[in-house]
Amino acid sequence: MSKPNQTFGILAEYATPREIFHACEAVRDAGYVRWDSHTPFPVHNLDKAMGLRPSPLPWIVFAAGMTGASCGFLLQWWVSTIAYPIIVHGKPYFSYQAFVPVTFELGILFSAFGAVLGMLGLNRLPQWYHSLFNAPKFARVTDDRFFISIEVSDPNYDPEKTRALLESTGALSVEEVED
Amino acid sequence: MTLVTGNNVTFKQLTDDVARPMEDPPLGWWLAFGLALPLLGLLGVALAYLLWEGVGIWGVNNPVGWGWAIVNFVFWVGIGHAGTLISAILFLFRQNWRTAVNRSAEAMTIFAVICAGMFPGIHTGRPWLDYWMFPLPNQMQMWPNFRSPLLWDVFAVSTYFTVSLLFWYVGLVPDLATMRDRSKSKIGQFAYGLFSLGWRGSTRHWQHYEKAYLLLAGLATPLVLSVHTIVSFDFAVSNLPGWHTTIFPPYFVAGAIFSGFGMVLTLLIPLRKWYKLEHIITIKHLENMAKVILLTGSLVGYAYAMEFFIAWYSGNAYESFAFVNRAFGDYWWAYWTMVSCNVISPQLVWFKKIRRSPLALFILSIFVNIGMWFERFVITVTSLHHDFMPSSWGYYTATFWDVAFLLGSFGLFFTLFLLFCRFMPMIALAEVKSVLPIASPHYGEEDGHHE
Repeated sequence: MSKPNQTFGILAEYATPREIFHACEAVRDAGYVRWDSHTPFPVHNLDKAMGLRPSPLPWIVFAAGMTGASCGFLLQWWVSTIAYPIIVHGKPYFSYQAFVPVTFELGILFSAFGAVLGMLGLNRLPQWYHSLFNAPKFARVTDDRFFISIEVSDPNYDPEKTRALLESTGALSVEEVED
Repeated sequence: MTLVTGNNVTFKQLTDDVARPMEDPPLGWWLAFGLALPLLGLLGVALAYLLWEGVGIWGVNNPVGWGWAIVNFVFWVGIGHAGTLISAILFLFRQNWRTAVNRSAEAMTIFAVICAGMFPGIHTGRPWLDYWMFPLPNQMQMWPNFRSPLLWDVFAVSTYFTVSLLFWYVGLVPDLATMRDRSKSKIGQFAYGLFSLGWRGSTRHWQHYEKAYLLLAGLATPLVLSVHTIVSFDFAVSNLPGWHTTIFPPYFVAGAIFSGFGMVLTLLIPLRKWYKLEHIITIKHLENMAKVILLTGSLVGYAYAMEFFIAWYSGNAYESFAFVNRAFGDYWWAYWTMVSCNVISPQLVWFKKIRRSPLALFILSIFVNIGMWFERFVITVTSLHHDFMPSSWGYYTATFWDVAFLLGSFGLFFTLFLLFCRFMPMIALAEVKSVLPIASPHYGEEDGHHE
């Protein structure tokens, strides 16, 4: 549990995408690891400026989709040949051609859940409390302001040096945020 | 192309312009809501009477056993398709103009699919047996028939609804966070806060988020094409002349997109005026959508002509009869209403004056809606009322309650849509911001490249 008045990190505010882009490059080059940037919309290539690795989400979605399609196909095979074998339209019990639409739909359904739940899981959302919400200025992150936060737990963190670095990148303001 | 018109648009201005009408709804919203609610009430009365009395209150009987319920179902599912086209297919094609209209079009999709789903749910008059449609273990030890297109439809439409809802909700999360941070009321802060999941605009989050959005768009694209294809299988897989044609899947998909864009225009032309969003949903946006209507309307016209050609070319007497009967038989009035609305009226879009006039486009969109409803009526009823045996021919007429269900479904649709406009940002704020010139990290750099 966090103690009162403990510092979570330092928060720098920027006015434009260009400024935050160059600021992120500077923070990345300074070797910080426990830091993040916050923007009202996805700024193009900012993940690269931060040096983030590509998202593994496509693999999750692929696995979910294959699971869905397999489940759909197996369900239809089991229902039509084992649970309730009945001749319809004079076709064989295992008339797999007719099973394509449902197999496809369940593949899509599972993939979509994989994409949404996978995204939320990778992002650790929902997370209704976060220390950054303690900073009143941070409310503008969903409107028109851009922020960089560096956590005190970062091995490179130093109250003076980190602040100086952020100030040198043209931040409008730099302030400490309580945990 | 300038996506947002006006000088020196800032991010803050956009947020304010979109959020203001939610905080103080204009008079037009109240008027429309006042019209929608009584229609919703009519639906309630109609549903109650249907459950009390049974499907005998409708005009369906032998030989026309599929009446307005399926007509309305296909009509509403089709409306939904433009929303997915705008949000998914135009996204994959990097059509940035979609950002101004995709949110409301996706909402339209969801509410249209709700209206559509209602009809199969109630069309037997026994909605408490709806679980028979799903492969659930039951006391009868029976399982559904997976070789039937009607069952494919159950899976297609329910998947479509679920995926559209997920796609819409994922898109909404950052904008709900905007509303959370703006809201002054305790209830607003709590509700927007709850549904925005603690979104804090983190780039680490945006990275997975954008990937999820791209994947959902990639999944929704084949899905939307499959849904109306499968809806068309409900007809095409049967052996009835007039239904049993291989052109149905592409023809239904084109018609669905045509009708959906008609409905998008019907909704957005008044709303952009009431909500003062003419600088975000510009004339250029309306013009682009009108062009899609022209294209898909022409495709639909081609399909009508090709159906007649194949009916003649097949040399099949029943097939030829079905089509001559469709155009010149008892239901000639429905057929020619359909042709005038769907084939002739969109051709007016060739004129620049018409496609840049909101009033003209609004009237045109109403014609498209009418025409596409009649298309489904023509396909369903004309093929059934005169089939193989003249002794079983008949003439189908709708009853008051058929009309009540159609009007009532509009009441449900408009009520849901207006509530959406009241409580959720109807413009995808984060997306519109991201396509402004000032959103580029190179904006204002002398050596920077501009896209």
